[in-house]
Amino acid sequence: MERIPILKMGDYLLVTIQVDMHDRLATTLQEDLADRIVKARSRAVLIDISALEVVDSFIGRMLGSIAAIARVLDAETVVVGMRPAVAITLVELGLALPGVRTALNVEKGMDILRQSLSDTVNGHHSEPVAEPADADAQG
Amino acid sequence: MPRDETLSIRSSEDIVLVRQAVRAAAVELRFSLVDQTKIVTAASELGRNTLDYGGGGTVRLEVLQESGRRGIRLTFEDKGPGIPDTERALKDGYTTGGGLGLGLGGARRLCSEFSIDSRPGEGTKVTIARWTT
Amino acid sequence: MPVASRTAELIQKHEGEILQDWVQAQMTAVTARPDLMQKAELEDQSRTLLQELKHTLASGDGGDIKGSAWQGVRDTLASISQSRARQGFSPSETATFVFSIKEPIFARLQRDLAKDLAALTAETWLINVLIDKLALHTIEVFQKSREDVINRQQRTMLELSTPVVELWDGILALPLIGTLDSERTQLVMESLLTRIVETGAAIAIIDITGVPTVDTLVAQHLLKTVAAARLMGADCLISGIRPQIAQTIVHLGVELGDVTSKATLAGAFAVALKRTGLAIVRSPQRSA
Repeated sequence: MERIPILKMGDYLLVTIQVDMHDRLATTLQEDLADRIVKARSRAVLIDISALEVVDSFIGRMLGSIAAIARVLDAETVVVGMRPAVAITLVELGLALPGVRTALNVEKGMDILRQSLSDTVNGHHSEPVAEPADADAQG
Repeated sequence: MPRDETLSIRSSEDIVLVRQAVRAAAVELRFSLVDQTKIVTAASELGRNTLDYGGGGTVRLEVLQESGRRGIRLTFEDKGPGIPDTERALKDGYTTGGGLGLGLGGARRLCSEFSIDSRPGEGTKVTIARWTT
Repeated sequence: MPVASRTAELIQKHEGEILQDWVQAQMTAVTARPDLMQKAELEDQSRTLLQELKHTLASGDGGDIKGSAWQGVRDTLASISQSRARQGFSPSETATFVFSIKEPIFARLQRDLAKDLAALTAETWLINVLIDKLALHTIEVFQKSREDVINRQQRTMLELSTPVVELWDGILALPLIGTLDSERTQLVMESLLTRIVETGAAIAIIDITGVPTVDTLVAQHLLKTVAAARLMGADCLISGIRPQIAQTIVHLGVELGDVTSKATLAGAFAVALKRTGLAIVRSPQRSA
């Protein structure tokens, strides 16, 4: 079955949505992410939607759910790259994406995540590292 | 150029096809990017309603050209349970707190024209149109 | 029996003469414009149109001029219409050019079909309707290209009158000038959001100092733009709110919510600097 790939970069999970997802694919992504966050002990999730030309209420709710689920699992989520036409349409639809942090691009999204990760590791900068074990050694 | 086709909505993959068909028509009519996004999103919302709430149905896609303006008209039909109080349904948002959460009000705001015909037990028909000059 | 087959035959047999008669009639008509077009060019245009007409009628696919069989004629008419427009012909004059092809054709039809009045009447009517439609087509093409020019000019004016300015790294300003109608506001807002993405700006300031009146629709568009910018991950402030506009906003019951609004662009700029972690400090050497 087709799935949206989830990349792991140290503490970060990166998802780039590049296809027009049908509902099942979106639901699968949600489940896969929850799984990976736990398995990889990730604290940060970045979802890149810069390729999406349409974000409807289903996808909007999915993004909200992912953010909420991630939070419960002690991870931060940032959604990046929303296109202007998409933003205008979502506002018109009345969909606010509550609880979802957004940034203009991947770079800024990573900045936000890095900031919030370092905030919670008591001043230690959590740089992306290859092995989770290294981060423990800095404690 | 006038086009008139009917697509079936029986699965979530069909909704993707509907989005693609509407987008193709909007591009062909040289809609602005925002207008394209609005009509495709509205189609996605209503298509999903047809599937999830109406138990499946069809959408008729008409490409229209009248003097001075071009447009797309979509007619979503299903033989589902119907909507008991369309007035109220149009006011509902997406919140899951009472109401059907069909987001009809939102979809309406995305369209130039919007009409709904629904009776309990008789299914639902929603017609929307988006024009551009 | 294919449509207008008699006329097709007619043109086939007498093309040269019909062309000559037609050009002659045009040159001597009251409506002639020798100042805009010489005989040679007139002849070329007439010949091309007649040929296209001949081909299409011969193919037998007569009636519907919007059909694919008439593409060649439509294209020829479109290019004639556009080039005549450039030369200064009015749309009526170009339409008259098309109308005038009836006379030489009718004259010959009368001669050929004198013995068959029913056929003559039918064929005459057919050609009459056909030529009328073709003439109307030239007017539509003319209208369309004028509209295109107007639209292009409007967009240019829009771009010139509402430039998005980068005040500092990551801080954009959009000074709106003049009255805002719904359509203009939407276009301007779209371009602001696009610039935000292009520059990666953290904050955009929409300044309405130069806007005399704000009605509910415009206020709503402004608020929607702010909401859209935030959804995308940027922040938006509104500045330049004059006392009258502040009163109008309250009076209309427009809820600004948590949108920061400032009376002046300078005030908004100060807020923007603070939010992006920047500060302007006085240089020590400057003290008197």
